[in-house]
Amino acid sequence: MEFPLLSLIIWLPLVGALTVALIPKDNKQAIQTAAVATTVAGLGLGVWLFTGFKQGEAAMQMVEAYEWIPAIGARYIVGIDGISLFMVLLTLFMFPIAILASLGQIQDRLKAYAIFMLILESAILGAFCALDLLLFFFFWEAMLVPMYFLIAGWGGKRRVYAAIKFFLYTMLGSAFLLVAIFLLAWMHQKQTGSISFDLHSLLDLEIARSTQLWLFIAFSVSFAIKVPVFPLHTWLPDAHTEAPTAGSVVLAAVLLKLGTYGFLRYSIPLFPKATVELAGVLVVLGVIGIVYGAILCLKQSDIKRLVAYSSVSHLGFVVLGIFALTFQGIQGGLLQMLNHGVATGALFLLVGMIYERRHTREIDEFGGLASKMPVFAGLFLVTVFASIGLPGMGGFIGELLILAGTFLRNPWIAAAAATGVILAAVYLLWAYQRVFTGKIDNEENERLSDIGAKEILVVVPLVVLMLFVGFFPRYFLDRTEPSVRQVLTRVEEKGHYREPEIPDPVAAAEKPAGGDSHGGHGAMP
Amino acid sequence: MGTAVFDLHALAPELILTGVAILILVYDLFIGDERKWTLPIVAAGGILAAGIPLVTLGLSDTTRSLFGGAYVVDGFALVLKGIFLGASFVVLLMSAQYVEEGDYHRGEFYFLLLSAVLGMLVISSARDMISLFVAIELVSSPTYLLAGWRKRDLKSNEAALKYFLLGVVSIAISLYGMSILFGVTGGALKFTEIASWMSAVPSGSAMGVAAMSIVLILVGFAFKIAAVPFHLWAPDTYEGAPLPVTAFLSVASKTAGFVGLFTLVYLAFPAQSQVWRPVIFGLAIATMTVGNLIAIKQTNLVRMLAYSSIAQAGYVLVPFAATTREGSLTAETFASSVTYLLIYTVMNLGAFAVIIAVARRTRSVEITSWSGLSKYAPGLAVLMTFFLLSLAGIPPTAGMWAKIFVFRSVISAGGLANGALAAVMGINSVIAAFYYLAVVKKMFFDPAPEEDLEAIPVPASLAGAIGIMAGITFVLFVIPDVAVRLGYGASLV
Repeated sequence: MEFPLLSLIIWLPLVGALTVALIPKDNKQAIQTAAVATTVAGLGLGVWLFTGFKQGEAAMQMVEAYEWIPAIGARYIVGIDGISLFMVLLTLFMFPIAILASLGQIQDRLKAYAIFMLILESAILGAFCALDLLLFFFFWEAMLVPMYFLIAGWGGKRRVYAAIKFFLYTMLGSAFLLVAIFLLAWMHQKQTGSISFDLHSLLDLEIARSTQLWLFIAFSVSFAIKVPVFPLHTWLPDAHTEAPTAGSVVLAAVLLKLGTYGFLRYSIPLFPKATVELAGVLVVLGVIGIVYGAILCLKQSDIKRLVAYSSVSHLGFVVLGIFALTFQGIQGGLLQMLNHGVATGALFLLVGMIYERRHTREIDEFGGLASKMPVFAGLFLVTVFASIGLPGMGGFIGELLILAGTFLRNPWIAAAAATGVILAAVYLLWAYQRVFTGKIDNEENERLSDIGAKEILVVVPLVVLMLFVGFFPRYFLDRTEPSVRQVLTRVEEKGHYREPEIPDPVAAAEKPAGGDSHGGHGAMP
Repeated sequence: MGTAVFDLHALAPELILTGVAILILVYDLFIGDERKWTLPIVAAGGILAAGIPLVTLGLSDTTRSLFGGAYVVDGFALVLKGIFLGASFVVLLMSAQYVEEGDYHRGEFYFLLLSAVLGMLVISSARDMISLFVAIELVSSPTYLLAGWRKRDLKSNEAALKYFLLGVVSIAISLYGMSILFGVTGGALKFTEIASWMSAVPSGSAMGVAAMSIVLILVGFAFKIAAVPFHLWAPDTYEGAPLPVTAFLSVASKTAGFVGLFTLVYLAFPAQSQVWRPVIFGLAIATMTVGNLIAIKQTNLVRMLAYSSIAQAGYVLVPFAATTREGSLTAETFASSVTYLLIYTVMNLGAFAVIIAVARRTRSVEITSWSGLSKYAPGLAVLMTFFLLSLAGIPPTAGMWAKIFVFRSVISAGGLANGALAAVMGINSVIAAFYYLAVVKKMFFDPAPEEDLEAIPVPASLAGAIGIMAGITFVLFVIPDVAVRLGYGASLV
């Protein structure tokens, strides 16, 4: 038997949570050490996972399969491919940072806080690795309670309202998801004689077009709430703004990705016909999200809320890329999931640091901070650049791929989405300008001191990663390529769909019709 | 199949319980006040002793049929009897301290409790109309008295009176239906006889009368399980009755009503599903929705749980209403109902046990009095949260599986109506999460009252009850297979 690395990665944080539970609550030092050690050890396992991952394979790797609930045919199956690899790594990367960032900030009920964070990590990792739909649902639901308590227990003023809103929205989505999962399992029973929730065997089902449409909608509503796709996004600003810093980081960096991941892992491969028919709807919703989110950002006076709304806009890009149903679009979407996680995670961390000092997030209260906090301002600016997607940053590659992929499908949509890039620059740089540049006109800001070594240490790894993705995107794209290709091939075969090809400029010049060029298939722009 | 007319082994649990109940009544006369604390121990011992033949019967693995098939000990009977005995044992743990502190008539309390349990054991095995009727009366009559046990409390009086009047009326309606059925079938009493008569007689006026009688009989049981619109007694009765009795009513007594429904629907009327399915379909939807919607507005925790238990009964009804395309009843739907009942019993008893523990301090079951509970009683607050999450069907609790199994059975049945049923249930579980979470919020995120923040002392027996229920709720979450297998083991299909 192979070494169960994935199971170890999934369950290690839970073991950490149990360990923390055994430590007396007054021994804060030991609790912090245990929590940090667990997440750092998880990151170590992540490095092992990365090195062990076989590049160029489209199939699932490191698969573990055991009996789980034989009476209803649910099995414990975990595995990763190119699509989930970087989501798992992102989770393993963000959690130590989120926990380190909260060390100084969280004093009250530290023990419970650490336990909830670690349980949450286990649940998220499990959801990314699960290959049995019931197991996925199990992890999906298991995220709810710890996240509820993290927001309601350690959040801002309207935290309880925000937590309940988050909880109920997600539960509503889960209800759809659960019904759809059981319908699939039941269809498997009808067609093969045995009930199964195994994603691999469910992919072989023959599902009629009309059924596919319903199931696709049920799955996608659940995922769209999580992403969130306009118009299901209204829980997000509240939850993200009211959550404690580490909670916002985890929410933005990792939790939202579960929605887009769900599209790629379940909605599209399971229901290719419905995907082809309904992709247009999601593309349009994605574009609306991009523009609408950006416009809302312009109107925000609370900097944390601004960052929260920017997620609506950025995730709109991811949804657009995925449902453009082109190789470039999906690759860009995946890369952008990673970029958004890192950049927005960093923004929430930085906003949290300034909030710790001033206990306000009103943009008008600040101004001219750069003179008092040069290092902080520098890090903030780099992160803003990453979020906007300046060349040299990961966001540039991601958005470029998404726009290129969309352009192949529909140039007008791409043009509309491109305004989001400009608006992002406007609202983020404008916010930066109002907070950091100019003269200090608020006396309270006079007393501010720059961030310390520990805070720098928390942010720097993220900045390094932004630059790394920006300069070496192939490092990521090569690993995701086979799996993305596989998803698209599936859609093409089962969904009677042709991926739009990249027109060859030379051939197009020779033969204006340009219909028979094949060279561009799979090439990067 | 055993054919003995009087199989002592099969009747051992009932006989033991009868003996112990009478023993308590006599023993109570001869002991002074300082020895009364032994009464619950005797009662608990009786319940455990009655559990022993249950295990041996389960191991022997044969269906025993007594009194010409009127009384059957099969997998269904054994599983349900197990649930009843377990639930009663926990109710005993919950009431020991409560009854002692309240200075009630202790001997009589335990005697009546055991009598009701005896009725529950009988109803699990009852396979003809007469034994069903006797059993349901045996369950009901002692609980009428128990509900009014705090006789100087007006609310308790109201509780008992409402429960009594509506209970008697409902069983009278059932009895009326049964007597019509008896006449129209030409004297059929046993469920099997009724079933074969119904599948043999195709249509005509006799069938119309039979259909009416089926509806009348079901209405009586709908009262017992507090299905909407026959639920009006439940919130008042639950609020006024002593808390352990409320817990007992909300799980054991409700389950007894379901047992009657199970055996009637699956054994006596399976051929007439076109008559009872629409009735139960409507009941299930109304019960889930109305129960949950009214629960939102409650300010009293016990009333809230009363409405929540109404809604929960709706979830149990859902698999009954799920029609397969062929119109047949499946083991799957049956098992999911039983599994839900089992898990519901555990989690609801747990929630009530915590309420009893906290009410010892706060002397109130208003939700506002639970503010900041986590500050001075973190353990109880966490456990209450655990039980509430389970009732809402959220991990890491067994309640999640209970809901999932019901969902699964409805969806497996296929069809548009069942899809609608599943959708209603899904929306309802979100509504339910809202008011369960409101309590969680009170306990954790609202400030505690200023005075008296000492820890709440929990008596050992009560702590045991909470611990056992929390343990089972968690174990069944980790290995739900056990609950599913019990459900299938109990299947009458």
